[in-house]
Amino acid sequence: MHELSLCEAIAATVSRHAGERAATCVVVRIGHLRQAVPATLSFCWRMLTDGTDLAGCALEIEQVPAVIRCRDCGTESTLEVPLMLCSSCTSDDVELLSGQEFLVASVDLVEA
Amino acid sequence: MGRFHRHADGTAHDHDTAHDTAHDTAHDTAHEDDHGRHGDHSGYTATGTSRIAILEDIFSENDRVARENRLTFDAAGVRAVNLMSSPGAGKTTLLARTLAELRDRTKVGILEGDIATSIDADRLQGFGAAVALVNTGSGFGGECHLDAVMVRSGLDRLPLSGLDLLVIENVGNLVCPAEFNVGEHAKAMVYAVTEGEEKPLKYPVMFRAADVVVVNKIDLLPHLDFDLGLFLANLHDVNPTAKVIEASARTGTGVEEWCGWLTGQVERELAQH
Repeated sequence: MHELSLCEAIAATVSRHAGERAATCVVVRIGHLRQAVPATLSFCWRMLTDGTDLAGCALEIEQVPAVIRCRDCGTESTLEVPLMLCSSCTSDDVELLSGQEFLVASVDLVEA
Repeated sequence: MGRFHRHADGTAHDHDTAHDTAHDTAHDTAHEDDHGRHGDHSGYTATGTSRIAILEDIFSENDRVARENRLTFDAAGVRAVNLMSSPGAGKTTLLARTLAELRDRTKVGILEGDIATSIDADRLQGFGAAVALVNTGSGFGGECHLDAVMVRSGLDRLPLSGLDLLVIENVGNLVCPAEFNVGEHAKAMVYAVTEGEEKPLKYPVMFRAADVVVVNKIDLLPHLDFDLGLFLANLHDVNPTAKVIEASARTGTGVEEWCGWLTGQVERELAQH
C-alpha cells in the first residue's frame, strides 16, 4: 500500500548516487518481515520512473529470510510465519537476527 | 510495463523490456553462483556498466527526519506516542475519553492524521487540548500513513513546549503506519474485538511494533463469538512483551489504565530532564 512512497525513496537514493551517469539496474534488499509486495513495488517503480532519467532502470528485489535466535537454547530458526517462537524449545525469549532489512544494496551505472 | 519474476533462490525482480537481453545473459552466467548470498554480485553487470555498492536504508531520509522530530520533542520536554489502528477501531473515541480524563493533570496535544476531512480533529475540540490536523491527501489519493516529514509539517502548529504529551493519531490502517517511524518515543495500538482473533497473525508488523495494545469495544463481547483467549495467545506469539489493556472507549472501562500508561510515559520523559 505504501510501495509508491518506497519507490520514491529508492529513486531519490539512486539519483543521488548516479549523478550524471545512467542507471541500468538497482538492487534492493527486503526482509521477509517487511510488508512490501514485490510485484506492487515493481509496478510502482515502472510507473514512477517512466519518463524520468531513471526510465529503463530495472528494479531487482532480493528477499532476506527472517531468522531468530533463541536466548534460552541458542537455536537459530528461519521463520515461515511471523511467530516469535523458538522452533526447538518454543521459548518466546528470542532475538531477531534478520528479516527487517530494507536497503538499497547497489546500483549498476553506465561507465562514464 | 516491466515484468516481474521470482528466482528459485528467493530473489525477484522486474525487467525493463529493452534491458532484458543483456540482463538475462548476465543472470545465466553469474546468478547460479549467487544462491543464498546477498550483496556479492561481482562480475554480474552487463558490459559497460559498473556496480556501485550503496547499502543505504530505504527509510534513511524518513528516519533522519524522525530523529529531528525526536530532538524537537525532547527539547520541548514532550513525550510523543504514535497511536495506530485499523479504521474504526476506536482511536478517536478513546482519545476523546482520554482528553476528558487527563484534562486537569496532563497537557496533551494531538496531531491528527487523516487522508481527508477534519471530522476526527473536530471531535477532539473542546477538551482543552491543542489539536493540529495533517491531511495526507495529495497526489495519488492520499497517503495511507503518516511519515516523519508529514508529522514535522504539523509540529509548528502545536505549542510543543507547553505540552507534556503529544499523541500522534495515525491514519487508520493496519499495514503501512507500522513501517514509518515518525520520531515517537512509544507506539500504541488500538484493536477492536470486532476485528477477529487472527489479526495479529495477519498484520504482524504492527502488532509486533506496539508497546501497548488497547483491546477496545470489550463491552461487545457478550454479543460476539470472539475468543479473547485465542486473540491474546496470537498477540503473544507475535509480540511477547506488549502490554495489553482491555477497554471500552464507549463505557469507559480500562480508560483509567490506559491513561495511567500514558502518564507513565510522561513521567519517563520528566525523569530524563
